[in-house]
Amino acid sequence: MLAPVSIDTLQVNVGKLCNQACHHCHVDASPSRTEIMERKTIDRCLEILRDHPSIKNLDLTGGAPELNPRFDNFVIEAKKLGKHVMVRHNLTVTFDGNPRTKESKRYLPEFFARHGIEVISSLPYYQEYFTDKQRGRGVFNKSIESLKLLNAQGYGQEGGPLVLDLVYNPVGAFLPAAQASLEADFKRELWKQFGIRFNRLYTITNMPIHRFRDQLERLGAYEEYMTKLVNAFNPSAAFGVMCRSMISVGYDGALYDCDFNQMLEMPIEHGKPLTVFDFDHDALIKRRIRFASHCFGCTAGAGSSCGGEIIHE
Amino acid sequence: MDYYDTKDLNRFAEVGKFASGLMKKFFDYYNEATGADGALTRREKALIGLAVAHTKQCPYCIDAYTTQCLESGSNPEQMTEAVHVAAALEAGMTLVHVVQMHNCLQRQGG
Repeated sequence: MLAPVSIDTLQVNVGKLCNQACHHCHVDASPSRTEIMERKTIDRCLEILRDHPSIKNLDLTGGAPELNPRFDNFVIEAKKLGKHVMVRHNLTVTFDGNPRTKESKRYLPEFFARHGIEVISSLPYYQEYFTDKQRGRGVFNKSIESLKLLNAQGYGQEGGPLVLDLVYNPVGAFLPAAQASLEADFKRELWKQFGIRFNRLYTITNMPIHRFRDQLERLGAYEEYMTKLVNAFNPSAAFGVMCRSMISVGYDGALYDCDFNQMLEMPIEHGKPLTVFDFDHDALIKRRIRFASHCFGCTAGAGSSCGGEIIHE
Repeated sequence: MDYYDTKDLNRFAEVGKFASGLMKKFFDYYNEATGADGALTRREKALIGLAVAHTKQCPYCIDAYTTQCLESGSNPEQMTEAVHVAAALEAGMTLVHVVQMHNCLQRQGG
C-alpha cells in the first residue's frame, strides 16, 4: 500500500472558468464554467501555507487560474510568505482575457516576472497541427506570441531565475515519448523556428477521465487505451506518484489526494469530507490515498505527474 | 469473420500456442531489434518499421508502427516522409526494370 511521505505542495484549483475548451481537459474547463474559489477559501489556504513551513510550494491551477478575480492577491500574499509559487498558465489567456468580463490579461507576463512565479504552460507540440487539434484553432500561434512575451520578460533563460516550463501531452490515445528526447526536439525547433527558449519540458500522460474519456469512447478506443496503460504499469513510477507528497484543494475548499481525484469527486478518505477549514497536517500525513483505475495513467511507462516523467532516463 | 481487427494485434502471443519456444526466440529478437535504442534510436527504428509496414501493406503493422512513431516523438510530416521513402523505392524498383525491357527490345530488334 502506498502511503503519503510528505506534504510539500498545496495544489489549488481556483476555478474551472477557462478561455479555452480543450479536447483532453480532465477538468472540463471552459468559458461557460462558473465555479470560482471564494475569498474566504483563498484566505484559509494562505493561513495553511503560513502555519506550515514544510509546505514549500503553491501550485495554482484551474481552468485558467488567472481568471479568478483574487488570483493576483493570492500570488502576492503567498510570495510574502516565502513560498515557491507555480502557475499552470495556458498562454492564450494573456491575449483572450476573461471570456465573461472581457477584462484584459495582457499584464500577466510582467506580473509573473515581477513576483518570480514559475510558469508552467501546455504546448502539446512544437507545430501547429497537433496543438490546434487538441486545444482549438489559432491556439498555437497565440501560444507562440505569448511565449515570446514571457521570454522578453527574462523567462526561459538557462540558469536564470525566471523558470518557464512547457507541458507536452499526447494528442490522442497513445503514451508520451521519452521526456528527454522530446525536450531536445522542442528546444531545437522552437528556437530555430521562433527564437523561443524555455527551461524544461514535462511529458504528461492523458488521463482517461471526463472529456478525454468521452473522446476515447466516441472513437471506441477506451478499452484499448486502458489496456495500454495497465500493460505499461511500472512499479518504480508508482513509488514516486505525486499524491504521496501533495494535497489538492478544490475550488470549494474540499481536499483531495490529487487533481484527478478531485475531478472524479473522490475526496480524501478520512471518515468525513475534509476541507481547508479543518486542515490537519498530522492526520493528513497518515491518510490512506484513494486509488482507482485512472491511477494507471500516472504509473504507465516512465510515469506521469504534474512535474512530468517520474522515472528519468 | 472480421480480418485485421485491431484488437487481434494484442493476441500476437497466441501464435506461440503450438511452438512456444520458437515464438519466445522470435519475440526476444523482435523486441531487441525494434523496441530498444541501439546504433539507431527507437524513433528511427519506428519510422523504418512504419515504412516497411506500408510496403508490405500489413494493417496490424501500420496500426502498431503509427502508434510507435507517435510514442517515440515523431510527427505526421516525418511519418509521411518515411512512407514516401518506401514508396519512392518501390517506384524505383518498378522503373529500373525498364532497363530489362530495353534489353529485351534490343534483342527483338526494337
